[in-house]
Amino acid sequence: MDPNEHALHNAPFLWRNPEPKSSYDAVIVGGGLHGLSTAYYLAKNHGLTNIAVVERGWIGNGNAVRNTTIIRSNYLWDESAAMYEHALQLWEGWAEELDYDILFSQRGVLNLAHNLHDERESIRRVNANRLNGVDAEWLDADAVKEFCPIVDISPEARYPVMGATLQRRGGIARHDAVIFALGRACDALGVDIIQGCEVTDIDVVNGRVTGLQTSRGPIAAGKVGLVAAGRTSLLTAMAGFAVPIQSHPLQALVSEVYEQVLNCVVMSNAVHVYVSQAHKGELVMGAGIDAFNSYAQRGGLHVIEEQMSAGMQLFPQFSRARLLRTWGGIVDVCPDASPIVGLTPVENLYVNCGWGTGGFKATPGSGWVMAHTIATGEPHALNRPFSLERFETGELIDEHGAAAVAH
Amino acid sequence: MFQIRCPYCGPRDEPEFKYGGQAHVAYPADPEQLSDEEWTRFLFVRDNSRGRYAERWNHAAGCRRWFNVIRDNGTHEMVGSYRSGEQPEDAR
Repeated sequence: MDPNEHALHNAPFLWRNPEPKSSYDAVIVGGGLHGLSTAYYLAKNHGLTNIAVVERGWIGNGNAVRNTTIIRSNYLWDESAAMYEHALQLWEGWAEELDYDILFSQRGVLNLAHNLHDERESIRRVNANRLNGVDAEWLDADAVKEFCPIVDISPEARYPVMGATLQRRGGIARHDAVIFALGRACDALGVDIIQGCEVTDIDVVNGRVTGLQTSRGPIAAGKVGLVAAGRTSLLTAMAGFAVPIQSHPLQALVSEVYEQVLNCVVMSNAVHVYVSQAHKGELVMGAGIDAFNSYAQRGGLHVIEEQMSAGMQLFPQFSRARLLRTWGGIVDVCPDASPIVGLTPVENLYVNCGWGTGGFKATPGSGWVMAHTIATGEPHALNRPFSLERFETGELIDEHGAAAVAH
Repeated sequence: MFQIRCPYCGPRDEPEFKYGGQAHVAYPADPEQLSDEEWTRFLFVRDNSRGRYAERWNHAAGCRRWFNVIRDNGTHEMVGSYRSGEQPEDAR
C-alpha cells in the first residue's frame, strides 16, 4: 500500500484554513453539505475557482452532522423524483469520484404501510416512481418480513404492517466521511473554505449584490449563493426580502452500539419514525420536527420519547436497547415541503434552502443544480420548478405526505 | 419540554398544547383588493426572525382555548402569555 494513501485518510488537515481574500468571483454562504457540494460543482463543472465558502461555525458543525444519513429518491411528484433521482445517481459515483470511502450503502429503504389508505398511496407512489425511472417495488407483509426479519408484522400489533414500498437503491452513507471528502475536494480545486466567518450584512447596490460584511471583514463578491438551511431567513432579511420558511428543531437519536440486526432502512409514516443501523452498530432514529419555530438547536424530550415508542412498536426487541445520545438541528421548512433553489429578487444573489427534514439525500444534486444556477444565472432544468415564484404562481410541489414520510 | 402558562388554566407541560404559529396575523381587511404578491405574503410568509417571538398556542388537552405566548426562539426563554384579543404588552 502506498504510505501516502494511508496518510491521506489520517491527514491532520484535509483542507487549508485560509484568510479571506478581499474579493471573489462567487461566495457561498454556508459550509454545510449543500454549500460544499455547490462550491465543488462550481469549480469542477463550471471552472470557477476564485470562489469561497464562508461558514459561521466550522465545517461539520451544523446539520451536516445532525442528520440520519438516509438516501432515497422515491418521491411522488415528477419534479421531486427528477431532482432526488439525479442526486441518487450522483451518490452512486461519488465515492470513486471524490476518492474517499463515504460508506455509501445501498441496503434498501422500506416505507411501511399500516392501513388501507397507506397501502393505496404506497402502490400509487410505486407506480409513479416507475414511470419516472425510479426503482420501486411493493412488498406484502410476508415479503417485508423476508426482506427485514426483525420488523414485527404480527396482526396483533397496534398498527399492523400491511406491506411496504421498497427502493433497493436507497440506503445510507457516512455523513462525516461525506464532509471530509467534499471539503478536501473543494480545497484541491482551489476553493477557499473560510471557517469562523459569520455574515453580518449583505451589500446590495441598485438591486444587485456586491459583497458581504462578515465577522472577518468585508468580502466583495460577483455572485453570492445563500445555502444556509435554517438560518436562511436571517440572511435574506439582510438582502431585503423574505422567504416562506419557518425554522424548526429536528431531533434524532442513536442507541449504544449493537451487533448488526437491522439490514436496511425502515420508515413508517403512520407510526412516525425512521430507523437504520450505522456501520459501527448504533441504531439511528429520527422522526418529525418540534412544532414551534426555533434557532436553539434543541427540542423537547417528549418528541424523542414518541420516536422511541414508535420504534418499539415496529421492533419490540429494541425495548432493551439503550439510548446513547440525542441531538437537534435547525431545519428550514417550506409550506409545500419542497426546497427553494433558484433566483431571488436581488440580482446575482441565489438561494438554496427549504430542504427541511430531508436535505442529506439531496446533497450532490442540490450542489449540482445550485452551481449551474450561480454559474449561468439561470436555473437548471431540474431546479426550475423549485423557484421562489411558485408561491405566487401557485405551482406548488406539495410533498406533504406524498414524499413517503410525514414532515 | 416547555412549561407554558395557559392564561386560563395556569402552567402546564408542552404536550398538552398545539402550536399555532405566528400571532397577530390578521385576515386581510379587503381580500378582493389584494395582489398575487400580497396573497403570497399572507398565505405563505411568516416572520422567521430570531429572538422574542409572539406566537399562538392552543391548550388542546385542557381548556381548548387559543392564546398567545411571547417566547425567545433563540434561547427558549418563555417571556409570558396573554389571552386572544390582548396585546404583547399584556404578557405576563
